[in-house]
Amino acid sequence: MNIANLKLALRVLARRKVFTAISLVGITLTLVVLMVATAILDNIFAAGKPESNLDRMLFVTVVGRYSKDMSQTSQPGYGFLQKTIRDLPGAERFAYFTQLQTAVIYSGTQRIETQMKRTMPSYWQILDFHFIEGAPFTAADDAADRPVAIITDALRDKVLGSGPAVGRTINLGGQQYRIAGVVSRVPITRISAYAEVWVPIGAVTAELQRATIGEYNGVVLARSRDDFPALKREFNTRVANYKPADDRPGTVTRSGLDTAFEALARPMFNNPENMDAALVLRTIFVSLALLFMTLPALNLVTLNLSRILERAPEIGVRKAFGAPKRTLIAQFVTENVILTLLGGALGFVFTIIALAVLNHTSFIPEAQFNVNARVFGYGMLIAIFFGVFSGFYPAWKMARLNPVNALRGGAL
Amino acid sequence: MITLNNIDKVYRTERVETLALQNINLDIADGEFVSIMGPSGCGKSTLLNLIGLLDKPTHGKLLLDGMHINGAGDRSLAKMRNEKLGFVFQSFHLVPDLTVLDNVEIPLLYRKIAAGERKKLALAALDRVGLSSRVHHFPTQLSGGQQQRVAIARAIVGKPRIVLADEPTGNLDSAMGDEIMGILQELNEKDGTTVVMVTHDDRFAQQTGRTIRLFDGRQVA
Repeated sequence: MNIANLKLALRVLARRKVFTAISLVGITLTLVVLMVATAILDNIFAAGKPESNLDRMLFVTVVGRYSKDMSQTSQPGYGFLQKTIRDLPGAERFAYFTQLQTAVIYSGTQRIETQMKRTMPSYWQILDFHFIEGAPFTAADDAADRPVAIITDALRDKVLGSGPAVGRTINLGGQQYRIAGVVSRVPITRISAYAEVWVPIGAVTAELQRATIGEYNGVVLARSRDDFPALKREFNTRVANYKPADDRPGTVTRSGLDTAFEALARPMFNNPENMDAALVLRTIFVSLALLFMTLPALNLVTLNLSRILERAPEIGVRKAFGAPKRTLIAQFVTENVILTLLGGALGFVFTIIALAVLNHTSFIPEAQFNVNARVFGYGMLIAIFFGVFSGFYPAWKMARLNPVNALRGGAL
Repeated sequence: MITLNNIDKVYRTERVETLALQNINLDIADGEFVSIMGPSGCGKSTLLNLIGLLDKPTHGKLLLDGMHINGAGDRSLAKMRNEKLGFVFQSFHLVPDLTVLDNVEIPLLYRKIAAGERKKLALAALDRVGLSSRVHHFPTQLSGGQQQRVAIARAIVGKPRIVLADEPTGNLDSAMGDEIMGILQELNEKDGTTVVMVTHDDRFAQQTGRTIRLFDGRQVA
């Protein structure tokens, strides 16, 4: 694209104020929604405190047990995780943690419902929480079955006020826990990290040791992503050899060691054997985005088509002076992309505002969405794709105008 | 330079078939200044469009510089138009959102020419038509005669061998018309550019080397 055509594109947009305004409203709204969605997905799937190592983390979130007369899918039990991810060769660390549990804190006459996770001490080494005061509970605390808890600053403020909390106790579900540390609040989108209070797993009963299904998730920290295939292979071998003593003959156990995205996808389709779940989910996301773009794109296509007659003499002139169809298509698509990039820039500003609003409402607990360089990059890519997607057909129609008719200001 | 053999041009719609040109045979030599005359609707512009490769004949052969153009595709037609032909239109057809300089650069955009060189050539073409002082104006800021001079600069900036002018004086008063005619004559005489001009004005036709007369799509002289 040369400077003259760039200037032309901007002048055409400036001259056609109503067209530009209508187009920009549609484009901006579309891109705001897509950029907000991108920011939320980025907040879930891209590494960020306290999941700074998310790129190296693999999860076990679902176990399926199948036999002739049974099909059962659930979260893994403690025993299953002990046999499948404990000391995986090549892994840097592993940990188990429960799914979110609602726990009640009694503070004076107050009854405060809170979200709790039970975790292993190694959990604190895999995730890098920001400790405002105190420190994580230790293997010694765990071994001694000490009632210690880590709480967020938000919970501290609610239960104890804003002063120092370490060493004080809270009544959690009728039991007194000593606060060992206070961490900065965590957004709910940081799935493996989110809770308001964390306590040790505590005494591991024989029943827990045997449990194939339960309420746990497992996390493995690899040394690098390159180790993922080997870790997954070893995990699959362990699952294939997993034969709990109390299983009925013919029962097969299935599970997967998944990246954050795969871990979200696998339970969604309720099928631990479906290794393509991530692909299916990715396809659904892309299809939804495309579907969402289609209506405003059609609107833009219609607006562009209505302008063909207005631009017809220019097309005739360009053809007369040697512009091939392909060059004209490129010119008009580029003009449309400039329009969508303008919409993208506006959308970016409104996305920042929308995310700030989301962060300040309780709609998503402890939301900390922001627009980083990656989200900005994705946003601009979406804007360019939207520009090409909605610009190609009108550009193709314009470029195939008969030059004689075009010079007469004429019909398609 | 330009050869038309038994050229017919038929326009078809669902209901009507219009014979716009019938059995046209024409040779235009390199360096000629030819005018095409005839009443409205006789096919003058259609003939010019065929010569300018903007349209294709229904029957017959058209050769430009010895090359058959009948079967040529979009890219090669575009290349031939860009390199060999320059157009001047009755209603100027300047792009309103581009400056005079940017308008004149249009033909060069479709050649591999650097921006600096494009600007140099465009300024030279504008200088030739006496409009160096208006390069940053927009077409609507110019008079009709000035706009047509910009259009001529655009037609000659790529140094084509042939300039096709479709009633270039039709929208101008006689003084302006004379001015434009003078520029076309100079192009023909000094540069040896072949000029084919459609005109209604006998006075201008008499100033050309040869006049082709059409009537009802037929060549009558």
